[in-house]
Amino acid sequence: MKTQNQKAWFFVLPVLILVAFNALIPMMTVVNYSVQETFGNNVFFWQGLDWFQQLLRSDRFHAALGRQFMFTGIILLIEIPLGVIIALSMPRKGFWVPVCLVTMALPMLIPWNVVGAMWNIFTLPDIGLLGYFMNNTLGIDYNMTRSPFAAWATIITMDVWHWTSLVVLLSYAGLVSIPDAYYQAAKIDGASNWAVFRFIQLPKMKQVLTIAILLRFMDSFNIYTEPFVLTGGGPGNSTTLLSIDLVKIALGQFDLGPAAAMSLIYFAITLLVSWLFYTLMTKDDAK
Amino acid sequence: MARITLSKLRHSYMANPQGPEDFALKEIDLSWEDGGAYALLGPSGCGKSTLLNIMSGLARPSHGRVLFDDKDVTDLPPDARNIAQVFQFPVIYDTMTVYDNFAFPLRNRGVDEGTIKTRVHAIAEMLEVVPLLSTRAAGLSPDNKQKISMGRGLVREDVNVVMFDEPLTVIDPHLKWKLRSKLKELHHKVRATMIYVTHDQTEALTFADKVVVMQDGEVVQIGTPVNLFERPEHTFVGHFIGSPGMNVLPCKVDGQAATFAGLPIPLEGGFDTPNSHSTQIGVRPEYVSITPTGIPAIVRKVADIGRHIVVEAVAAETRIRAVIHDNPPETGETIHLSFQPAQTRLYCNDWLISRPELSGSSPGTAGSENLMGAA
Repeated sequence: MKTQNQKAWFFVLPVLILVAFNALIPMMTVVNYSVQETFGNNVFFWQGLDWFQQLLRSDRFHAALGRQFMFTGIILLIEIPLGVIIALSMPRKGFWVPVCLVTMALPMLIPWNVVGAMWNIFTLPDIGLLGYFMNNTLGIDYNMTRSPFAAWATIITMDVWHWTSLVVLLSYAGLVSIPDAYYQAAKIDGASNWAVFRFIQLPKMKQVLTIAILLRFMDSFNIYTEPFVLTGGGPGNSTTLLSIDLVKIALGQFDLGPAAAMSLIYFAITLLVSWLFYTLMTKDDAK
Repeated sequence: MARITLSKLRHSYMANPQGPEDFALKEIDLSWEDGGAYALLGPSGCGKSTLLNIMSGLARPSHGRVLFDDKDVTDLPPDARNIAQVFQFPVIYDTMTVYDNFAFPLRNRGVDEGTIKTRVHAIAEMLEVVPLLSTRAAGLSPDNKQKISMGRGLVREDVNVVMFDEPLTVIDPHLKWKLRSKLKELHHKVRATMIYVTHDQTEALTFADKVVVMQDGEVVQIGTPVNLFERPEHTFVGHFIGSPGMNVLPCKVDGQAATFAGLPIPLEGGFDTPNSHSTQIGVRPEYVSITPTGIPAIVRKVADIGRHIVVEAVAAETRIRAVIHDNPPETGETIHLSFQPAQTRLYCNDWLISRPELSGSSPGTAGSENLMGAA
């Protein structure tokens, strides 16, 4: 006879507690806020789905969401191809490999708020290296605090500078795992450089690139610190991305209900896009 | 189609090679006849793959020339040589279908789709992969993948040579046999020169009409499988081919007589006076028998391996193996061994020096050409 008892539950208990405290309980608090209105003093009024309805109809939310997708879209369009190109042109063996790898990894090691502060100073028109150079040497009117275009150009350049390395390192890992025989076979088959890229390198990089795109999507979609330190969402609302707007509502206006509803929608969008993308990319492999 | 000639070929991976030990390939002069089935046999690290890469154009030799017929191709890239190479691990283009994989080398050369279709179908039929043509190549089994990479080599008309670099390494044992006979069959159909690199003697001997044995960057013997077995030109060939390998016994030479353990050993024939004191007698275990008189030896080990029994005995501190078929001796017993004179050869500095025609008495096997000219 097999012994039957409920002892196994004790073994799962630690994980259950951990997950409860770091995910479930905070998440449920947000859900709790999202369906109520509060004026402080721990007094709550039931609101049902009102906050969600209001938010989904609000122009402010649409605008922030639009800016968010534009930001993420642009940085992905730049960072992914650029990362792949850099990885392709990096040496595969010899003295320069560690030099390149360390140089590439450096930007990623800098804390996010420091990145924001660095770029803030870098772009100051009167004393910043870039700002001074653009305005006084090249004669281009470049001022992040006045021109939305300059602000956008700067946050995008900053993100590209900070995170392209991630794509480079992942692509590079994919590239070096390709056995020499593939390149030799391609040479014998008379394949052009483009064909080698299209039929050998790209397919072999597909999995790491999927991960790279996924990570860059999630990180850039949730980005807060760097643009907040750099532009504070301005000029006007021009660089107010979703997360910046969310913090404004939650901590600036102290509208906890709408902010909670917004967080949940924000979370749902991130999850949905990531899931869709991953499912589509890995669909073929399952066959 | 072409005859491939390697002329005074040497190769070193170092920038400034000094002595012979710096060379991965030492002075190779070799001709591959058009349409032959060759095996390039040797232990790992003997320079087989280097030689192959030089012929395919993936590596440029540091000295010497590669000729296809009379055309010097030493500096030509692989795609200009019209050759095919199949690698140890199957190389397939994952994202393409089997059909597109076959068509790839042709499309790269601008062949029209009509011709491609005929060629691809012909090759697919030959390799028995017609039902797979429209499937994606990524999900295939290793043996089918290896077939696809062979197919990509064979699909071009008049390839000069198809080279196989240990192509069966990743194939399951029971499929190895099938694929090997398939190769042999392919060779009969397409009649292209095929060179099969391996360190496995069974693979080499079953595939090839002629086997090139390499050791330490040198070709030690070229011959038919029978040649290599019966009359190794070098003690290495004797060791390397056959299981167990040839017995190599240090001996003393005095005039035209060779003695081992103080006893005169009859040889296949006479020999030129050896130019060194390092002389050996070579005899295959298959030609050693237990007789009432002969070389006294103590039995160390007796192994019954089914078809025959391998007896390992020691005489004059030298191990001698004999293959017998019945009445195995006991371990520790003293026995007497005799060698079949026609199959007993004399080596000097590891190279064969005895020759049956010198004394004219022995019915030795036909000698193979010794291209190294060391005899």
